[in-house]
Amino acid sequence: MPVTGPFSIIDYLGLRLRYVDTTESWGSSYLVHVMHAAEAIASGKCSIALATLAGRPRALGARTGTVVAAKGIDAPEAQFELPYGPTVVGLYAMSAMRHMHDYGTTSEQLAWIKVAASQHAQHNPHAPLRNVVTVKDVVESPLIADPLHRLDCCVITDGGGAVVVTRSEIARALRKPAVRVRGAGYATKHTMGGRVDVASSGATWSGPRAFAEAGVTPSDIKYVSIYDSFTITVLITLEDLGFCANGAGGRLVADGNLISGVGRLPFNTDGGGLCSNHPSNRGGMTKILEAVRQVRGEAHPAVQVKNCDIALAHGTGGALPTRHGSATLILERI
Amino acid sequence: MTTTSKTAMRDIPGPVPDPEMQPWWDACKNGQFLVRHCRKCGENHFLPRTICPFCFSDETEWKTAAGTATIYTFSVMRRAHAPYVLAYVTLDEGPTVMTNIATSDVDAVHIGQRVRVAFENTDTGQKLPLFAPI
Repeated sequence: MPVTGPFSIIDYLGLRLRYVDTTESWGSSYLVHVMHAAEAIASGKCSIALATLAGRPRALGARTGTVVAAKGIDAPEAQFELPYGPTVVGLYAMSAMRHMHDYGTTSEQLAWIKVAASQHAQHNPHAPLRNVVTVKDVVESPLIADPLHRLDCCVITDGGGAVVVTRSEIARALRKPAVRVRGAGYATKHTMGGRVDVASSGATWSGPRAFAEAGVTPSDIKYVSIYDSFTITVLITLEDLGFCANGAGGRLVADGNLISGVGRLPFNTDGGGLCSNHPSNRGGMTKILEAVRQVRGEAHPAVQVKNCDIALAHGTGGALPTRHGSATLILERI
Repeated sequence: MTTTSKTAMRDIPGPVPDPEMQPWWDACKNGQFLVRHCRKCGENHFLPRTICPFCFSDETEWKTAAGTATIYTFSVMRRAHAPYVLAYVTLDEGPTVMTNIATSDVDAVHIGQRVRVAFENTDTGQKLPLFAPI
């Protein structure tokens, strides 16, 4: 609850709590809240935890991607960055530009990420963008910040979500299939004292930590929810998590490989941020929700991954080419 | 290093300098781009800090950069009233810094291009460093 703070929802629900975690990691906060909830439960601080998110950026007229709040951000880096007009799209566009330069990644390859999201969104009645699009549609949509086009960008939507985390003996007694947090990893990445690297993310470190804790490898994962503020965010994250080598992401995502029932790595089967949701401009919560649906077998039948016993959800909070928190959860059916 | 009025692509909002960084902003008024140098580990860093982000020593000092750099990455903000170029440039002294590329030909900007610092007025009167193609 970034705008109102935690006490609004605590008051609204009438809760009397003995433990609260309000860790701020921007869009990846909600994956972190699940990690911290699991740790708090394991250490006996609480037995049932609720993680929430709600926000109405669309109703409030946000133009998050293309307008910079030039003043009033009280951070040491603000004076060295805000005067230059670093829009959110512009920042991620610089990642895409460099990735293309270093590895030959193309706009058409990035477009495949949006195509896959739209193939999934057509089955989600809550998605605002339900029309299936083609690679041509994406690369011919207006340039917002070179090389990113309008259809490389996520939606601005109102919405929210919630996750309940509890002890396994309580979870097993509930009516819903239980999903276990098998592994979790977190990392931060920033401008590194000026050794800026815009073509990779903190997933480089959060991924291996999560995989090590879970005792699995990328090849074991049946479904991925990947934070998709922009198409390039997905491509870089998949590389950093180890689904392919750095630089090979363009080939990984192309030709429908992310489409459920078609490709080998189905992703964001709710339509993701690219077509469906980005409540409060924070996509982390809905990444968890769709991964849970997949592991429970409760996704839309048209996009449900067969035998989806293990899934990964990943959040990128902040801005990939400046500073951000990367959070990875590995979830399994029990 | 020159001060030029030909480089502005838009009205630039002035920075809000913090006290630790005031010498850096004062140097801009004199046409100098400073980086922070660590006497302990020998590294230059940016954004400047009193504590070195590489070795955590407090034996740091200001160093005047040559003002020449290479474009590391960039993007043209096509939705702005007047399109402008957001960029990271790598200073010859090492650190990569966020900036704008000051040019009337945004479509000619490319990674690897050599650029030189130029100081532009902002809406507060504070000089701000941009980088222009050499």
